[in-house]
Amino acid sequence: MPLRVGTAIAEGTLLLVKSRTSVRDHSCEEVMDMRQIAIYGKGGIGKSTTTQNLVAGLAEAGRKVMIVGCDPKADSTRLMLHAKAQTTVMDLARERGSVEDLELEEVMMTGFRGVRCVESGGPEPGVGCAGRGVITAINFLEENGAYTDDLDFVFYDVLGDVVCGGFAMPMREKKAQEIYIVTSGEMMAMYAANNICKGIVKYAISGGIRLGGLICNSRKVDREYDLISNLAERLGTQLIHFVPRDNVVQRAELKRMTVIEYESGATQADEYRELARKISENKNHVIPTPLTMDELEELLITYGFLEAEEVAA
Amino acid sequence: MKTEEWINTEEYRELNFARKALVINPTKACQPLGAFFCASGFENTLPYEHGSQGCTAYFRNNLSRHYREPFPAVSDSMTEDAAVFGGRANMIEGLKNAYSLYKPALIAMCTSCMSEVIGDDLKAFISNAKDEGAIPKDFPVAPAHTPSFVGSHLTGYDLMLQGIITTLGEEHFDASKKTDKVNLIPGFDAHVENIRELRRYLEMMGVDVTVLADNSETFDSPLTGEYHPYLGKTTLAETADCVNAAATVSMQAYATPKTLADFKGKYEQQVAAFNYPLGVGGFDAFLTRVSELTGKPIPAEITSERGKAVDAATDAHPYFHGKRFALFGDPDLMLGLTAFLLEMGGEPVHIVSTNGTKKWKKEMEALLSSSPYGASATVYPGHDLWHMRSLLMTDPVDMIIGNSHGKYAARDAGIPHVRIGFPIVDRVNLHRYATLGYRGAVNLITWIANAFIEEKDRTSDDAHFELLR
Repeated sequence: MPLRVGTAIAEGTLLLVKSRTSVRDHSCEEVMDMRQIAIYGKGGIGKSTTTQNLVAGLAEAGRKVMIVGCDPKADSTRLMLHAKAQTTVMDLARERGSVEDLELEEVMMTGFRGVRCVESGGPEPGVGCAGRGVITAINFLEENGAYTDDLDFVFYDVLGDVVCGGFAMPMREKKAQEIYIVTSGEMMAMYAANNICKGIVKYAISGGIRLGGLICNSRKVDREYDLISNLAERLGTQLIHFVPRDNVVQRAELKRMTVIEYESGATQADEYRELARKISENKNHVIPTPLTMDELEELLITYGFLEAEEVAA
Repeated sequence: MKTEEWINTEEYRELNFARKALVINPTKACQPLGAFFCASGFENTLPYEHGSQGCTAYFRNNLSRHYREPFPAVSDSMTEDAAVFGGRANMIEGLKNAYSLYKPALIAMCTSCMSEVIGDDLKAFISNAKDEGAIPKDFPVAPAHTPSFVGSHLTGYDLMLQGIITTLGEEHFDASKKTDKVNLIPGFDAHVENIRELRRYLEMMGVDVTVLADNSETFDSPLTGEYHPYLGKTTLAETADCVNAAATVSMQAYATPKTLADFKGKYEQQVAAFNYPLGVGGFDAFLTRVSELTGKPIPAEITSERGKAVDAATDAHPYFHGKRFALFGDPDLMLGLTAFLLEMGGEPVHIVSTNGTKKWKKEMEALLSSSPYGASATVYPGHDLWHMRSLLMTDPVDMIIGNSHGKYAARDAGIPHVRIGFPIVDRVNLHRYATLGYRGAVNLITWIANAFIEEKDRTSDDAHFELLR
């Protein structure tokens, strides 16, 4: 008798699973307003700078945005807040022994044009588990109502590679739906981008996470545009924007500002506005097709080193 | 001064309360234990822990020591390689084995600290396991992330319940198909006879109830010579339908915050939360609220039972009056016991709850200030039983109430110890008695009053050893 009941339930659940898709779609329409986006890329490639500049572009256009820094270095919001580093969730957790008594207001600051800023923070280098810090911080935000309906965008600025499960937290169900990878024409940056794609594939199969494109933060490598366009194509995605190198970014950084705030009329500011617009309008969401190491090297030979050698000769 | 004397002094108490880096004998257990306890109330449901074997062995052991019943549960045996590479492969293999060997209708899955630290994503892995054909696509697996470095067994109970209801019920929700049923959540209540009692009262009132979840048979099953692994009484069909009930009542607010929030927000129900309403007054409030929610009157037979409880309270009142009590345990149990003692004229003095919060402390203090008997009480959230020992030695009381872990402090203080809560591993059969309801009130009154009387008989000299007490 119990078996029969079990079977009936299993059948019932099958129907549920089918209808779940439609329910989710429906709820997406209702809260379509909030898009959650994660930015990944090799360490030092300019994720935080690019994220904050493009967020400034969105904020300037009147969008409500929250940035969640997922990096123990906690430098994802300094250009928004004009501050060295904000108090992080894990700073306070360290002080008090847990996140249970924290208030949202203690860790959420408001920066340039009302952008809400949170940093997960984490341990000192060489100790503890930074990945768990990301999980703890995002759970805290969720439980304390940081994701309000009036938000148009939430950006997760995630440390380097997807080194462990903790740094994949933003990819979990009901978190980010889109990922952008910041890269350049340098080999290790491309290698990291390809690795990140492998991580995305794992989560894309089971959840809704998709790759929105590559952002090339130019290092003035030879034929960089062609190289990254081709990498994007091979990964099944697009080069959503090529951000040229410009020293104004450095100068603005020193003043703890985004270019859009520091020198609103600069051409570089327009580049970030353009990036913001493209992401805002982007409908190209794919499950990426990562390359093998051999394929990646081949690509570099075709577009990068080989070409450069020939030119030098 | 010898150490054994020194630890009884005021000086030591001060040092003990300045202690920061160490917890000694906490009055709480870890999240997955609560998750397992909750899962065991559902029909044909296999509790499954995504983590190492040792954790599951500990939960099974702890539950078996309390109830003296077997407790079936599985883990996917994560070892060092899983800690490095992630537990995805273990889960796929584990689900496949658990499904084919134990033939459950639902797997209720929680995590251990290990899988939480490495950041394993249950929903993603379950979906991977289905894609790889380890379990059928339509087989329900309810996930709950239960890291034990936050919260307590109550958090785990809440998250598992929420996970099961979401998995089975979410898609059934239809605001136009409201039933007139009432969901009743017992919370982490080790005294499982309470579930049968609560059902009996609601049946007398004619209330159609779904208990989420009923593990009364799991932990109190008849000895017939035949073994049944799945004795959870809450059917999966009624669980799927619970989202459309008219109202949900929780007996333990601190064990059900997330689940209740879903019932109120997502499923648009009326909700009522109690703090383990022990005693006559507490249960009056519970029945009155149920009556309001359902429109069903309280029948005369219940009123008659109430009268008997009031009579029992009156008879035993002299043994309670002015007696000083130390209490420890879960936040709701502390609120319920305090209300009961105040009602009986007893004086709560030391109240310790390791999983108590600042909010709980405020709630306790409001309750204590409602009665002159509460004037000498101090509430200690986040403290442990080693703090309790210092309190007992420097500011003595007449009795301590709580689970078996209090027996050492009780012995050192030379006071009787009445056992309520979890775990009780040094007395038999207490889980077969109700603590809630009017009969439960009679039980509580009886245990506590008789413990005082027995103590008096045991310690009086010949001249004061009387027949009549």
